[in-house]
Amino acid sequence: MTHPTDQTLPPTAKIAYSDVEVGTELPSRSFPVDRATLVRYAGASGDFNPIHWNERFAKEVGLPDVIAHGMFTMAEAIRVVTDWTGDPGAVVEYGVRFTRPVVVPNDDQGAVIEVSGKVAAKLDDNTVRVDLTATSGGQKVLGMSRAVVRLG
Amino acid sequence: MALDQSFVGRTYPPTAPYEVGREKIREFAEAVGDANPVYVDTEAAKALGHPDVIAPPTFVFSITFKAAGQVIQDPQLGLDYSRVVHGDQKFAYARPVRAGDRLTVTSTIEAIKSMAGNDILDIRGEVHDEAGERVVTAWTKLVARAAEEA
Repeated sequence: MTHPTDQTLPPTAKIAYSDVEVGTELPSRSFPVDRATLVRYAGASGDFNPIHWNERFAKEVGLPDVIAHGMFTMAEAIRVVTDWTGDPGAVVEYGVRFTRPVVVPNDDQGAVIEVSGKVAAKLDDNTVRVDLTATSGGQKVLGMSRAVVRLG
Repeated sequence: MALDQSFVGRTYPPTAPYEVGREKIREFAEAVGDANPVYVDTEAAKALGHPDVIAPPTFVFSITFKAAGQVIQDPQLGLDYSRVVHGDQKFAYARPVRAGDRLTVTSTIEAIKSMAGNDILDIRGEVHDEAGERVVTAWTKLVARAAEEA
């Protein structure tokens, strides 16, 4: 088959541009993360930095405990957007600042990453900017967390 | 010691192609707990207009960060990787990464700054497919924390 460039694809997102306003809130999500989650993410991503699985090493380099991969948190946060639009291919831009680590204790609970998002601006070409807030243990773990996504 | 400003603008040779496997996409989607069928079901992907299953938005970081190793491990630059933390990450997509893509990454040092003894390094990775079309650009900010006082 031919491979058209995706810019020419029909808009497929399930949220319509005309249905959202600045301030529209996206459904919030909670993402649990425990040590097994981190081991699995290490394998899938190829990031085997021991600060994400070795408590002794993490403490030696001055961390309070094992911490989640920043890229794991980034991957979870965008799910608030991709679950909202339905098509992850509609994400045009996505950026975050890693402001504070998600500490993952070795207990039955682990940690939880709470993510909320709201439409911050309506842009050209049926795109909107969504500002995301990600917290763990009541503290912000991402800053400047923004996605531009194309709507239907 | 502060990094050499003359490295700003330096571009490294493109990497050998990375072939995006559908099972690697599945593994990644499962690892982040994302059950969106567009990552694993070709028909679901086609229903959204994609020629094959696509990868989650941050999947490509594994590829661009490996490519950034050329910069991080450049002995001439002399970055102390043991002190490096990931500061910022950004992606701009021309299209989603999908199964079967053969992707090359060209890394460029965009900026080098020194703040309060920390070295801050901005690396841009341009990701192209086999046809030479840009797929995504990744910006990675690395911060090498100042060494402790002796």
